[in-house]
Order: sequence, then C-alpha cells, then structure tokens
Amino acid sequence: MALKIVVLAKQVPDTRNVGPDAMTPEGTVNRAALPAVFNPEDLNALEQALRLKDQFPGSTISVVTMGLPKSAEVIRESLFRGADFGYVVTDRCLGGADTLATSYTLSQAIRKIGDYDIILGGRQAIDGDTAQVGPQIAEKLGLTQVTYAEEIISLDEKARKVVIKRHIDGGVETVEAPLPLVVTVNGSAAPCRPRNAKRVMKYKNATVPAERPAEKAEEIAARNAAKPYLNINQWGAADIDADLKQVGKAGSPTNVKAVKNIVFKAKESRVMTGSDADVEGLIVELLNDKIIG
Amino acid sequence: MDSVYVYCEIEGTTVKDVSLELLTKGRKLANTLGVKLECVIAGAGLDGVEKQVLPFGVDKVHIFDAPGLFPYTSNPHTSILVNLFKEEDPQICLMGATVIGRDLGPRVSSALFSGLTADCTELEIGDFDMTCGLDADKKPIVKHFENKLYQIRPAFGGNIVATIVNPEHRPQMATVREGVMKKEVLDPNYKGEVIRHDVAKYVPAAEYVVKVLDRHVEQAKHNLKGAPIVVAGGYGVGSKENFDMLFELAKELHAEVGASRAAVDAGFADHDRQIGQTGVTVRPKVYIACGISGQIQHIAGMQDSGIIISINSDPNAPINSIADYVINGTVEEVLPKMIKYYKQNTK
Repeated sequence: MALKIVVLAKQVPDTRNVGPDAMTPEGTVNRAALPAVFNPEDLNALEQALRLKDQFPGSTISVVTMGLPKSAEVIRESLFRGADFGYVVTDRCLGGADTLATSYTLSQAIRKIGDYDIILGGRQAIDGDTAQVGPQIAEKLGLTQVTYAEEIISLDEKARKVVIKRHIDGGVETVEAPLPLVVTVNGSAAPCRPRNAKRVMKYKNATVPAERPAEKAEEIAARNAAKPYLNINQWGAADIDADLKQVGKAGSPTNVKAVKNIVFKAKESRVMTGSDADVEGLIVELLNDKIIG
Repeated sequence: MDSVYVYCEIEGTTVKDVSLELLTKGRKLANTLGVKLECVIAGAGLDGVEKQVLPFGVDKVHIFDAPGLFPYTSNPHTSILVNLFKEEDPQICLMGATVIGRDLGPRVSSALFSGLTADCTELEIGDFDMTCGLDADKKPIVKHFENKLYQIRPAFGGNIVATIVNPEHRPQMATVREGVMKKEVLDPNYKGEVIRHDVAKYVPAAEYVVKVLDRHVEQAKHNLKGAPIVVAGGYGVGSKENFDMLFELAKELHAEVGASRAAVDAGFADHDRQIGQTGVTVRPKVYIACGISGQIQHIAGMQDSGIIISINSDPNAPINSIADYVINGTVEEVLPKMIKYYKQNTK
C-alpha cells in the first residue's frame, strides 16, 4: 500500500555563523544578514520519509514550509532528493509568528493537503531551538506524536501501526504508535541521502509564482504548462482557510519584551603566553593555592 | 487559582532533580506573587511520593497514579495537565526542558492556547507594557500588566538574550534545563495538602494510544554536572583526536570532559557532554576552556564556575573577558605542556 507522507521543512538562518548585525533593533531576526540553510534536522526527517517511500512503492512525499517566497529553496532541495510535491505557505500576515501561530498555520496547510498517513519533521530548528512546532501541530490535528525519533523501525499498513526507536533522557525507547501520526526526528538519525542528478535536472527550474520576475512571468507560465511539475504550490492565509486571529503576531501569545547583547561580568584576567615558563608557572601557582591537585 | 505549578517528572517512582530544582525556583516565584506552589506527579505505584517534594515548600501535591502513566507517553500526561489546569487556572507552569518536558509542554500550550518559552536560563517576576495598535490620534495604545513571568533565554544560536512575556494567556509556561536552577530543601517537615486524583476522570481510555515496547535507561557515563574540575573543548580543539588530550589532562586532574555545542556539532565529542543552554549547566571549582570562543549559549552553562582558565589562539575570544587566566596559544601547544608540568610538579 502506498503512503501519503508529509514532511515539514524550514529554511533557517545559519545561526552557526552569526555576526553583530544578526538582530534588528526591534529584536527580530535580521534574516538578510545571514546565509539561509535547510534546517539540519528536517533533512533527517526527509530521509526517514524517503526510506518509507522506498519501502512502500507508490508513496508520495509532500514537503510543506512556511516563510518568505525564497524558502522555496528547501522545497527544490527536497525535490532533488526524492520528494514529490512542495507547498510554500507565504503571506505578509504570517510574519512575527511564535511557535503556536506557526503550528496553527502549518496545521491548516496540512488539513488542506488533506490525505496523510504520517507527518515527519525535524525535532527542532536551529534558529529557535524550541522543539515546539511538531507537538503543537500534532495537538492541533488531534493526532498523537513521537518526538526525538531515531529510526522508524517498521510500519504495518494493515494494522495502521508504526514502531519507532526514539531517544529519551539517558537512553532509548521503542514505541508502537497508531497512524496517522506526527514524528519529529533527531539529528542523530540517519543523514539525508544526497541529491539525485536526474532530479536536479528535472526540478532545478521549479518555482513558486512569487519568485518569478514579472517580465518573465508569461514565458514561465507557457513553459510550465507543458511541465506542471515546475510549479511549486504557493499558498496564502486565505488558501488554507486560516483564522487571521490565530496567525502571525496576532496569533502569538508570547511577546518579546527585550532583547540584549549580554554583558558578561568581566573579570580582571591574567594574560600569559603558551610558553613553557608561563604554563609551568600557572600550574605551580594553582597547585600551591590548592585550586588543583 | 493563581498558583504556580511545577510538573514533576519521574523515573520509576523517583522525582527527577530537574523537577526539584524547579520546585525551589517555583517556591520563590510563588512567594514573590503571594500565591501557592502546587505540583503534579503522574506515574504508577506512587505511594508516599509526596515525601520527595514537600520539603521543597509545596503547598499542594496533585498525584495521578495509574498503571498506564509510567513510562511517560504524550497523550495521557497532556490530558492530565490540560484538564487540571482548566479547573485550577494556574498563572504559571514550569517543567524541565527534558525530552519529556519538551514533548509535553508544547502539547499543553497548544491545547490551552498559552505561551510557552523553551530552555529558560532565568525566571523573574515583573511588569510589562504592551503596545497594541494605535488610537484615533495615532498614539500607541499601551496595556499595562503587573507581576508577569519574565522568561529569559539566550536566543538565536545563543547570540542574544531575549526576555519573553506572555501576559494575556494562562498559564505562562516555561521549560528549564537540569542544573540551571539550584535545588534547596526549604523545610524537611513542610506541611502541604496531598490530593490523589481519580485518573479516569482526567484521562479518557482512548488517550492511551502509544505503547512503550522496550525501554532502556542507563546511568550517565560521566558526572559532568557534579565534577569539581571541568576540561571543556570547543571547535578550536580542531579534531576528535585532539580531544584525547583533553581526556588525558582530565584524567590527571580527576576532572570531567565537556564540550561546546560547536565541538559536538563537529563530531569531536558526544552530545551528552555538551555544556551550555542546550546542554548541561556546570558550576565547577575550575573550568578549563580549550579553544572555546564563548558564545552566550555556552557561557550560560558555565559562568558560575569558580576559576576560569581560557586557552585560545584568539586573544579577543569573548570567553577571555570572563576568564581569570587567559593563555594565548593553541590547544595543541598548551595542553601537552599543562599535562607535562602537572605531572612533574605533583610527583
């Protein structure tokens, strides 16, 4: 039996390389100042989806992301690696969303996709590290969840059950859960397979309408009429029947009161070189003061 | 009504340290607000479990004791908190930023439409002015809130610290990592009320949907949190092989080895050795930082160390500003010398 798989992906600023202009004075992320990358754990989730697709031929993978039009980059990357369909949820009114507003928006997009057996996403995104969106989507869709998944061990499509190995504090656990289900995948799970060259050729020009330059819109429309797979779905708040009170800033119970660069309680440091004399001097001093030894 | 709640996590029938730490913090917050501290413990075979928590100053212990509640699964524990909170309307709920807390917290916050802040490093009470639009004269409309929970956390890869407030929804929820707050017994004979709830009233049978087939929990391989001396390495250590030097020095000093997030991400060290906001918080007597630049997210997890020694080839590494001793040099150059001279001078 073929499965309908949904993968949640996010394009994130690469917080591993952050400069001083990373934040705006209002305390939001200055995305323009940072390279945007595919959230690493979402790639682990995509791999689990691709393995299910390998195991159950005819399965389809729909990748959903919320963000600026350029976040279609993560959709293309997913198509290159084996996903089938992509959806970019993008709308001005979705900006400023906290995790609750984000999960509401994504859950509405998943409802619109409609038919799903399993929803996979990364455990957390590196720009917020909250790990909240997955469980919140599960709650909003009335599904249960398995978080911190390491591996989908087996899936019984007749019994509609899946067995998953997951990380817990200080150990591992194997659980059996019913489909449909939300699974969040840990970074220690299998890494995502690389791009497939043929798929790169096929999908490299796939775009959402908002990415297309106005002067070329007609030309692209004509080309895409013959190649509909080059149209990545673009949805606004109205397309997913979103209640505007529950999206963006309006739908976010959390407020940022203040953001500051931390000022450490600076100490008077003793600075020395790595020379033999300096290092030995320090060791002897620490030993004499009974700080070590 | 208005209480501060702590969700107490258990392993078997033992309440975890992270929850006891939160009870201590919760007691202080409740005192500031002039309200009660209450806690929830859900599991199986919990006779007498209240003795573990009452000494931390808990006014009311809510016990949910039924066979399906341990090991933890998401739905039943969510139902307990959601249904209890609908009755009790607490103003604050704290839980550990553990695998369980980070599984449970978001579900509860989604069901109750309340704000949740993950991995807080500080919690305080204060006032909040929120701008909500403009009036007819285009002047900002400001709503004033008193005695709200400031949820303070490093954000954005640890490059800034944000104070989050969720003034309009209850409960104000936050998760906190183990070791961030200090656990202190308030009074060994503290008297609090104990309520054993009828679990079936809170958890419909249909919520027991996930079955735990197999579970394996090991004692931690190391005691990073309690170690008197920590030798920690960052990305500047350069490789997994170079990390062996840290282990060698740690062995000599009877220390434990820790790592920054960058070093863990690079595969130099195991995840369970990560020190920082998204790892372990340590307060050793001596902290030796090797090739660690010192992002806020790391410093949040070690700033209360006694003596800090920074070995870094970059004289401007941020960690140097909080170090007592700064050695300008590479890890490869300095560590072998430290090992050598330590051995020489202790023989």
